[in-house]
Amino acid sequence: MEPHHAPADLVRRHRGPTRLWHWLNALLLYILFTSGLGIFNAHPRLYWGQYGANFDHAWLELDRFPGWITLPALYNLALSRHWHLTAAPIFAFALLFYMVWSLAGGHIARDLAFRRGELAPRHVWQDICDHARLRFPTGAAALRYNVLQKASYIAVIFLALPLLILTGLTMSPGMNAAWPWLVDLFGGRQSARSIHFLAAFALVAFFLVHIVMVLLAGPVNEIMSMITGRYRLPKDRP
Amino acid sequence: MILTRRTLLLGAAATLAGCDRIARQSLARDILFSADNFHQWAQRTIMARDALAQEFRPEQISPIFRANGTANPNTPAYKALWRSGFADWRLRVDGLVARPLSLSLSQLHALPHREQITRHDCVEGWSAIGKWRGVPLKLLLDGAGLRDRARYIVFHCADDMGGGTAYYESIDLIDAFHPQTILAFALNDRPLSVANGAPLRLRVERQLGYKQAKYLMRIEAVESLLTIGRGKGGFWEDRANYDWYAGI
Repeated sequence: MEPHHAPADLVRRHRGPTRLWHWLNALLLYILFTSGLGIFNAHPRLYWGQYGANFDHAWLELDRFPGWITLPALYNLALSRHWHLTAAPIFAFALLFYMVWSLAGGHIARDLAFRRGELAPRHVWQDICDHARLRFPTGAAALRYNVLQKASYIAVIFLALPLLILTGLTMSPGMNAAWPWLVDLFGGRQSARSIHFLAAFALVAFFLVHIVMVLLAGPVNEIMSMITGRYRLPKDRP
Repeated sequence: MILTRRTLLLGAAATLAGCDRIARQSLARDILFSADNFHQWAQRTIMARDALAQEFRPEQISPIFRANGTANPNTPAYKALWRSGFADWRLRVDGLVARPLSLSLSQLHALPHREQITRHDCVEGWSAIGKWRGVPLKLLLDGAGLRDRARYIVFHCADDMGGGTAYYESIDLIDAFHPQTILAFALNDRPLSVANGAPLRLRVERQLGYKQAKYLMRIEAVESLLTIGRGKGGFWEDRANYDWYAGI
């Protein structure tokens, strides 16, 4: 985050691993979500507990997701699984590398850890109000993440994404034999399947808000900064 | 930039259509279809060879065990076997074995049993827990004496899947000799029903439902799967590109 020399308002913002991980995730999560819906269509019912099939109580029962949002568009369970199970390990190991890099390299401590006083209710409330009124920080202050951003980024990297990976693994009968604690952790294979589904939609909700904020904060500058790493500091409001 | 729902939908559909096109390229297909090899390697690496699938308590059994796939083979030959209470049914064990076997149901009943309450996971996503009783496959393979060249065990079934092709599946020797791999003749303390694979079905508990071949007629030890069906080791593997390793 050292200010770059010239031009004065263009600064280094996102490092290589962060940029690479973002674009890789954009591709992989798109494949994982759409192929996941294709797999869900094979049995569009969700249960809690160890077992669950047609005669058991489903807490959610849906129609099949339409072809425009499933991969492939025409129902094909085998192909949806091929897409999903090809993308999933790449996604999981990329997350693992990113976690290690961002923890060891100081990205978390420097940019995402809460500072003293940031979690005070008044400060949190101020950030929520600023966020709701779309009053984005200007100048060098725009380089710092606010409490809501920090909380959501930390929650996604260390909670939502690991939860998706672990509940996905819990559905594998081979992994159940290898790591039986996974099933116990989530209270059964069918619970894991339900949590996997809910976490996927929670991640889509995060993605949509994330994209809306990028669009509102200046899409060209924000997207360029995620490609080149350089970010143009927003001018102070008059 | 104006993004309407319509353009978003069109964009999404176009991108997904792009993915569909990618999936038809042979190199992309090879990559997509080889992920199963990675999962097999990864799971076998972190899993002890004889790691057991989870077993459950009697009160955790599904009230109704859903049957799937063929509900009744309904061929004249199968109906004749069923009418006689499977008295004339024989399980053949042959292929790359020193002593081919032909076993009746009562001979199988007389062999040592294993009982296990396990979860059946369908590739579609549902699960059912049931109590199986049967003969460990290892006993039959040891009795028949596998030849050194044998690498896979193929299961030939009685149900005609259309065009005269009977269902078939295969597993490797790691799963064939696994302590929970049994040839089950009872589900929930009752003789196997026709819908669940009477008189005998495979249980290979660390894999998905389509590997659990029903209506067993013949067990064949082979060196390679290329000579079985269309070469991918199972009916759905050959017809619908299902993964041969169904541990995931």
